Amino acid sequence: MTNFKTMSNQDIEKQEYNITVYTENQIGLLSRIAIIFTRRKINIDSLNTSPSEIESIHRFNIVITESEEVVRKLTRQIEKQVEVLKVYYHTNEDVIWQELALYKVSTDVIAEKVSVERLLRENGARAVVIRKDYTVFETTGHREETDNLINILQPYGLIEFVRSARVAIIKNSEGFNAKLREFERLEPGEEVIENEYLNKGSKVFTM
Amino acid sequence: MAVAQQEILNKTAEKETVNISGSVALLEALIAEGVDTIFGYPGGAIMPIYDALYDYNDKLDHILVRHEQGGIHAGQGYARTSGKVGVVFATSGPGATNLVTGLADAQIDSTPLVCITGQVFAHLLGTDAFQETDVINITNPVTKWNYQVTDATEIPEVLAKAFYIAKSGRPGPVLIDITKNAQIQLFDYEGYTPCNHIRSYRPKPIVRMPYVEQAAELINKAKKPFIIWGQGVVLGSAEQEFKTFVEKSGIPAAWTILGAGAIPTSHPLNVGMLGMHGNYGPNVLTNECDVLIAIGMRFDDRVTGRLDKYAKQAKVIHLDIDPAEIDKNVKTTVPVWGDCKETLPLLTALVEQKQHTAWLNKFRDYTRQEVEAVIHDELNPISGEMTMGEVIKQLNDLTHGEAIIVTDVGQHQMVACRYAQFNNTRSNITSGGLGTMGFALPAAIGAKYGAQDKTVVAIIGDGGFQMTLQELGTIMQTNIDVKIIILNNRFLGMVRQWQELFNDRRYSFVDIESPDFVAVAAAYRIPGKCVNERAELQGALKEMINSKGSFLLEVMVTKENNVFPMVPQGCSVSEIRLK
Repeated sequence: MTNFKTMSNQDIEKQEYNITVYTENQIGLLSRIAIIFTRRKINIDSLNTSPSEIESIHRFNIVITESEEVVRKLTRQIEKQVEVLKVYYHTNEDVIWQELALYKVSTDVIAEKVSVERLLRENGARAVVIRKDYTVFETTGHREETDNLINILQPYGLIEFVRSARVAIIKNSEGFNAKLREFERLEPGEEVIENEYLNKGSKVFTM
Repeated sequence: MAVAQQEILNKTAEKETVNISGSVALLEALIAEGVDTIFGYPGGAIMPIYDALYDYNDKLDHILVRHEQGGIHAGQGYARTSGKVGVVFATSGPGATNLVTGLADAQIDSTPLVCITGQVFAHLLGTDAFQETDVINITNPVTKWNYQVTDATEIPEVLAKAFYIAKSGRPGPVLIDITKNAQIQLFDYEGYTPCNHIRSYRPKPIVRMPYVEQAAELINKAKKPFIIWGQGVVLGSAEQEFKTFVEKSGIPAAWTILGAGAIPTSHPLNVGMLGMHGNYGPNVLTNECDVLIAIGMRFDDRVTGRLDKYAKQAKVIHLDIDPAEIDKNVKTTVPVWGDCKETLPLLTALVEQKQHTAWLNKFRDYTRQEVEAVIHDELNPISGEMTMGEVIKQLNDLTHGEAIIVTDVGQHQMVACRYAQFNNTRSNITSGGLGTMGFALPAAIGAKYGAQDKTVVAIIGDGGFQMTLQELGTIMQTNIDVKIIILNNRFLGMVRQWQELFNDRRYSFVDIESPDFVAVAAAYRIPGKCVNERAELQGALKEMINSKGSFLLEVMVTKENNVFPMVPQGCSVSEIRLK
């Protein structure tokens, strides 16, 4: 009898992958894409869907923690869906990403404890709304930064907190416009190898 | 007032619009797509379509089934034998949910189907109305594409898209859910334009020659090459190209059950069946070949056994139209992504004409061992109760490999696939990936509609037959000619076999009691006969084949017989057991 436990703990390196999906704007497509993950008991860490830079084309940003082989097979299954145009997958090194977070703190605390105010300023938080009883701050950045700020604010009474999904831009991509025009042609040109932007992070000029 | 069909065609030909209902537009779309047969069952939410259908008697043949599941399996059988898209109608709620098994079956076996389901009025969606279900979300995982139409103006374009998606690339089932208001609504119809391009969908990839060249190079250098083929060859209508490739390269070729018949059973290079109950040689020699050429098959777990001990020594060339299949289960050395009807001739041109006599003889050697250990006694028992194998052998003697064999699921399915003679393609109709019991009877009805000039023989077990026997009513009403053989071993045989081999013979709820099948058939006005003795078998089979219409033949076979060879679950293909 095969030992299923040891087979799954083979520690094929799992890491965070950012999956970018370009789709038609079709009701129900979100469900179709989600079930590809749930069917394989894969947890979606973050999911964002919004219109892309091109009209009528939507863009999904999905973050999961898995091995590359699993991610590769997943993206091929997603691309199979009729309304999906193209799917890319990247590790964190190949994308530029941000997550938004909102924190609701009691205004008294902010007014009294000057240190809190300074801390917020140091962490790049900006005030979105200031009312008599509460103030809402916003930070944009990476997970570690927002986590850090929660830890700092907890002892001072963090009333409420919400974190957004991740949005990511692929470092080496050129947008989707040209690609789309290729798809619209009856006979698309020579197919580019899947995921042509993978591992090209080094080719991007960085400060 | 129904607008006459001719008027519609005339006006749209002259670029004028005609004011028609959504239902009529649907039927016009079906006719324009070349549909002539529909399997369906009416209901409240699909009534307007059925009302429109009433005027289309001469153009569209609607077969009233007895259960929507029967309808969709019939649609599958029709699609499998004819190569056309199967069309199924069902109403909302329970009608639509009854289609789910068939959709899952068609999805996993890549059968082109377009299913039209009625739906409640659009303003009632989400209110738990009578016979309302969320069909789109229920069928998301089991359809290639689905869509809900809430406005009649969408119908022509959606139907065009549906047919294009269903039959192109890797075929699959499509479900269109039409709300009742859309069926009734009148609109200005401009005519039907078939779809041949969807920007987000790429059914056929461009063939990349470097991979074809690499594959040819590997094949030419190979000392022990082995071809394994599946339904892709049939779906791509590439049987001729495949045969040419096999004959030129001289490579022994084995098949999955859905690929059976693409080249005739009797072809010298056809070395047998793959899989858990496949032939001895193909299984063992998979782990001895140096180049494995997989064409139109997806390395299903029933074929591969343990993946970590499957063809690890071989270089794998995988020809497939679905990029998601390449590298899904088995690591490929050379992926040849494309429609095999295009890639095979390119490959054939580059491979050298060869014969692999010594290697081929190894297969023959294993066949000899298998015949001695298993096949001879299964096909030619001299005493004792009848075996399933001998019934198939006697059937072959009568049909000479020209009949279409439709099987249900279980031991009889494995026996029939192993031993039936197939001279032509599209002759083995069975539920492969999903293994749906109850598939055979309705599928045989559809198969006959799809191939009217062929003899269709359904081979069913006593368990599976009871799952969909209500379709005898469809046979009765349509007078369709389907020969039915029930191989009755008074058990749910395949499960019983596993309980015998792996669960210490703890026969947990596998002894199934059946009615007098011949009497049941007679109640449906279908002639029949029951055979208990070997001496009666041949005569009864002859009577069945020669009967003017449908005939049900029940053969009482030995109760506890096992199907061998077998690759037990979790074992490697090399560990195939002969007993």
